[in-house]
Amino acid sequence: MEKVLFGDNQFFAVNHLSDEKSREQSIRFKDDSSIIRVLDQAISLGINTFMCTTHDRIANICNHIRENPDNYKEFKIYPCMPYAHKYANAVTELGIVGTIKQYIPGNIFGTFAKGGLAYLNKDFIKLMELLIDAEMKMFHGISTPVIFIQNVLVDMILGLKMVEVFAAYDSYIKKKYNAEPGYITMNMPALLDALNSVGIENPIICSSINKLGFRMSGGKDIYEKYLNEKQFRPIAMQVLAAGALKPKEAIEYLRGFSKIESVLFGASSKGHIQETKELIEEYL
Amino acid sequence: MIKGAIIGLGKMGLSHAAIVGGHQKVDLVAVCDTSSLVLNVFNKFSNIKTYTDHQKMIDVEKPGFVVIATPTKFHYPMVKYALESGVNVFCEKPFTLTAEQGKELTELAVSSGLVNQVGFHNHFIGTFRELKRLLQKNVLGDLVHFSGEAYGPVVTKEKVSTWRSNPAEGGGCLYDYASHVINLIQEIIGRPVKIQGTLLKSIYSRGVEDAVFSLLKLESGLTGTLLVNWSDETYRKMSTSITVQGKNGKIICDATEIKIYLKKSVPSENLEKGWTIKYITDFAIPVDFYLRGEEYSAQIDYFVNCVEKKQQARYNSFEQAMYTDLVIEMILEDAKKY
Repeated sequence: MEKVLFGDNQFFAVNHLSDEKSREQSIRFKDDSSIIRVLDQAISLGINTFMCTTHDRIANICNHIRENPDNYKEFKIYPCMPYAHKYANAVTELGIVGTIKQYIPGNIFGTFAKGGLAYLNKDFIKLMELLIDAEMKMFHGISTPVIFIQNVLVDMILGLKMVEVFAAYDSYIKKKYNAEPGYITMNMPALLDALNSVGIENPIICSSINKLGFRMSGGKDIYEKYLNEKQFRPIAMQVLAAGALKPKEAIEYLRGFSKIESVLFGASSKGHIQETKELIEEYL
Repeated sequence: MIKGAIIGLGKMGLSHAAIVGGHQKVDLVAVCDTSSLVLNVFNKFSNIKTYTDHQKMIDVEKPGFVVIATPTKFHYPMVKYALESGVNVFCEKPFTLTAEQGKELTELAVSSGLVNQVGFHNHFIGTFRELKRLLQKNVLGDLVHFSGEAYGPVVTKEKVSTWRSNPAEGGGCLYDYASHVINLIQEIIGRPVKIQGTLLKSIYSRGVEDAVFSLLKLESGLTGTLLVNWSDETYRKMSTSITVQGKNGKIICDATEIKIYLKKSVPSENLEKGWTIKYITDFAIPVDFYLRGEEYSAQIDYFVNCVEKKQQARYNSFEQAMYTDLVIEMILEDAKKY
């Protein structure tokens, strides 16, 4: 993995510190072209990995990439699925069965030739695989060497202790997509223990790692202990603690942990992208 | 370990199940729902027992507490059965279909000495707690106005109806969305005692309101506005805020920041004249297991601690939730005038 991973929160009005800033972003990135412009700036600064949710608008960005292959030769996407709001809203509106019907491609009774929903009821792993395929469709023809599950889902499976689901995800991503499975979480130590318990060794785990201990569940101490002692491939996110830390002190903190392979960050201006990238390359 | 159980596995129920399941002091022993699809997932991938009958689950498992996250119309009989069985209860909001039912359940819980809490999670967001503290310290001087607001993209097109669009079952923006704001106003600023004008507007829904605009008068005599619209897609997700104006300035508070404007400094609080902005990073309540926001875990932590210590909840008690239902009834009654 490259040291610098470019994130997408800023494009979709996700701001953990201010609703007002979130609205400003939503206005600024109304058009796909404004997203592409910032992506191109990041590429011009030597950032070639875009880590993004499976938001509907990412499908448009993917079309643009496929239509201009010469501009995106080295470009990679790390998809993060699912875009949780899409499913959460659908569950509220349609219920769980209705949501499955809406998002499984084609007719569910066609997908499961015999027995439809009754069959589905017994083979959840197959259902998961169909949902992954549905989410991955938009990235067709684009290099996706690491494929992540989003934290809401990872942490839900973790809380419910349904750890075998991780094992099934892991093997499907490797087999079908020839990619590395990745996990985003707000509970890194507990997740690593759970993954190890089903035989997943040295996993890629993306979690909040920052000097303030912000969104580091269980506290900074146990995170630091795991970063120092355990075997895994950490990606640091929320290193600026949602903007509460200045970039220099934030990234300087990461220097203490030699295991951290990459830093995920998002920014909207070329100046900020350049500053953060240079700091990461200097300290990591 | 305290034995916990969940009734209702919709979006909130599943979220509670994961938080309870991930809790260090709790053993999630059983879940109950009517969907065989969801129960089969539990049967296949977990050791948690599954039930379709909540009474049987309580009788057999004898949990230390239950979390009830079913559609509102089921809250009353389910909470009642749990309390009568001596089980502590965490119930989702809105509490019950009528304040009368809520009153009965409150009395039952209090007389049985059981811990009772309702899921108004905003009280576990640090910025709203800070707002309450600053108001108690009187930094704004005499209060002159407040505004409680919430906007979000829940119903943004005309579509098929569910229980959420049926007013008789606790659906609609007033019960589902505005209840959060009413509860915040009630517990942070003061209890509304009179409604002085109401507009209920249906935008995309039929038979139920999508927006609530109301003028509230509090016990103290202070008046202000309730402005809630769940058909506003200019918001990515629910955005709730409270603004309070006093003779010495104004505070605007939401889940991420608290903006304070003062005419005169308040040295005891280290607040200067003019604007001071504080962020959630300074106020977030630390949790051991995080799912969707600290507040969802923090409210369960608080409830579990109360159960462990056999202590009544100060935040989000049945009585407080019942009062919110009472204000909702007052608003509905007022709306009939126009």
